[in-house]
Amino acid sequence: MNTPTPTRARARAGWKTALGIVFTAVMLFPVYWMLNASFTRDQDLRKTPPSFLPLHGTLDGYRAVLHEQLPYLGTSLTVGLATVALTLLVAAPAGYSLAKLRPRGSGTLTFALLVAQMIPGIIMAMGFYAILLTSHLINTLPGLVIADSTIAVPFGVLVFTAFMTAIPDELMQAATTDGAGALRTFTAIVLPLSRNAIVTVSLFTFLWAWSDFIFASTLDSGGGHQPITLGIYHYIGNNNQQWNAIMATAVVASIPATALLIIAQRYVAAGITTGAIKD
Amino acid sequence: MNDTTQTAPSSVRGRGGARGTSAPPAARTARPGRGPRRHSIRTSQWAAWGFLTPVTAYLAVFYAYPMYKNLDLSLRDYTVMSFVHGGAPFAGLGNYTTVIHDPTFAPALAHTLIFTGASLFFQYTLGLGLALFFHQHFRLSATLRALFLVPWLLPLIVSASTWSWMLNSDSGVVNYALHLAGITPVDWLTSPHWSLISVILANIWIGIPFNLVLLYSGLQSIPAGLYEAAALDGAGAWQRFSRITFPLLRPVSAITLLLGLIYTLKVFDIIWIMTRGGPVDSSTTFATWSYRLGFGNLLPAFGPGAAVGNLLVIIALLFGLIYIRTQRTTPAA
Repeated sequence: MNTPTPTRARARAGWKTALGIVFTAVMLFPVYWMLNASFTRDQDLRKTPPSFLPLHGTLDGYRAVLHEQLPYLGTSLTVGLATVALTLLVAAPAGYSLAKLRPRGSGTLTFALLVAQMIPGIIMAMGFYAILLTSHLINTLPGLVIADSTIAVPFGVLVFTAFMTAIPDELMQAATTDGAGALRTFTAIVLPLSRNAIVTVSLFTFLWAWSDFIFASTLDSGGGHQPITLGIYHYIGNNNQQWNAIMATAVVASIPATALLIIAQRYVAAGITTGAIKD
Repeated sequence: MNDTTQTAPSSVRGRGGARGTSAPPAARTARPGRGPRRHSIRTSQWAAWGFLTPVTAYLAVFYAYPMYKNLDLSLRDYTVMSFVHGGAPFAGLGNYTTVIHDPTFAPALAHTLIFTGASLFFQYTLGLGLALFFHQHFRLSATLRALFLVPWLLPLIVSASTWSWMLNSDSGVVNYALHLAGITPVDWLTSPHWSLISVILANIWIGIPFNLVLLYSGLQSIPAGLYEAAALDGAGAWQRFSRITFPLLRPVSAITLLLGLIYTLKVFDIIWIMTRGGPVDSSTTFATWSYRLGFGNLLPAFGPGAAVGNLLVIIALLFGLIYIRTQRTTPAA
């Protein structure tokens, strides 16, 4: 590389930072616009030119959320946590087996998991609709939790397999020498060492279950407990032009994603690069 | 951020290595002596499959069975009543011929291909440009790159309704910007000429972060020494890109594009929330058409809806198999 004088290098780096900030601002403008609309008064929403800062801000939108959307948020929280539990229960042991025990035929299973990731949600939704209808689980939360978990389980197994492969075999051999069976090795050694994988899988699973719209709208649209995605959808569908309330709900529905990014940024990037497919 | 980018290559290697290149651990941990050793291998096989039982049962009940149900739906004449009481008559491939001769078929197929192709092209090129840009390590680059993830993490319904608001004909900010530039406003979501473009725009925005993260991690695995050597040989920026970066990034590019393809083919939420596939099918894809047939009308047409869905599965699996093949043939990067 040619070596420019330090000052010139610093000036160029500063120029890049400025450009980077511009790119990021353009990219995040829709997010800002959502926030802005959520604080805008009804009478100002249709104004030309639009107000670029919510100077006469109002919390009316958020008041509407508090009054109308709290049950939806509660349902989404419940569904998200239950989906995480189910996914971990299925995926963690599978990851251990695929990473460390590698039984005959496990290649076929890995292949099946990869194929499973490719099935469009609408196909699963239709199949689940038929099954849940006959088993009377339609419009119930367990039905929705099961359907939501299908978005995450193949991903979960892949992440657990990748992480657990990195655990040194010597640790497990030591446990075996001490007379520990496979189950004890799993619970006492492998699981505690897989904390990162557990966090990554849990975060993504929760986020996907929280964000799911297709299963909610097909399998739970007549249910007594509906998730927040349907809450927003009803708002839009009612053709009420209360965009500040719609956007306030959208802001509240984005809280888990934002929290995730702030608290667990490194897990997010790790999850994507381990072969994440957003459904 | 550094530690995460390092997990990427190692995890790829991990998946490749899991395919049985090393000796099975059972053989290593087994005690010496013929009889017990065999016994130990057999027990460990049992234990190994014991850990796989939940996921196997799960795949059978919650993947294979819904898929089978869906296939069954597509081959029968289903109504809501026959769902509950059974007895839907077998219709053979009738639903498929109905669907293929439907006037929606050709536009839906074209829109699916245009939507997927245009989304992928722009997501990839913009993602690659941004990855190259952020790879230069300036101040704040890691923070800004993290902020780029936001669109990808938001619930799709949130992104879709935000874009609906921005593209609103009367009070949307996009039309206001056009107005400032002296361009007549566009009916983004309500004109058949623009609806497909609008949903593609929103989908590109959502997909850029995914491309950025994967391509960025790919760039990181290219040894810096190569660039130094090329610079010594007098290679310019463009030559460094076309001779080093792009060729060495090819495996990561292939995986990024194929994952993007599989994901984009099944995009449903964004289109449905922004335009419902309309106006008059102008933004209908296979995914939204299938949904509309099965759930969008008062009288559901489950059979044809399932048939459309299965056509989509065939397309997705076709490309999926290509993806799995590249995963197998790609040496651990």
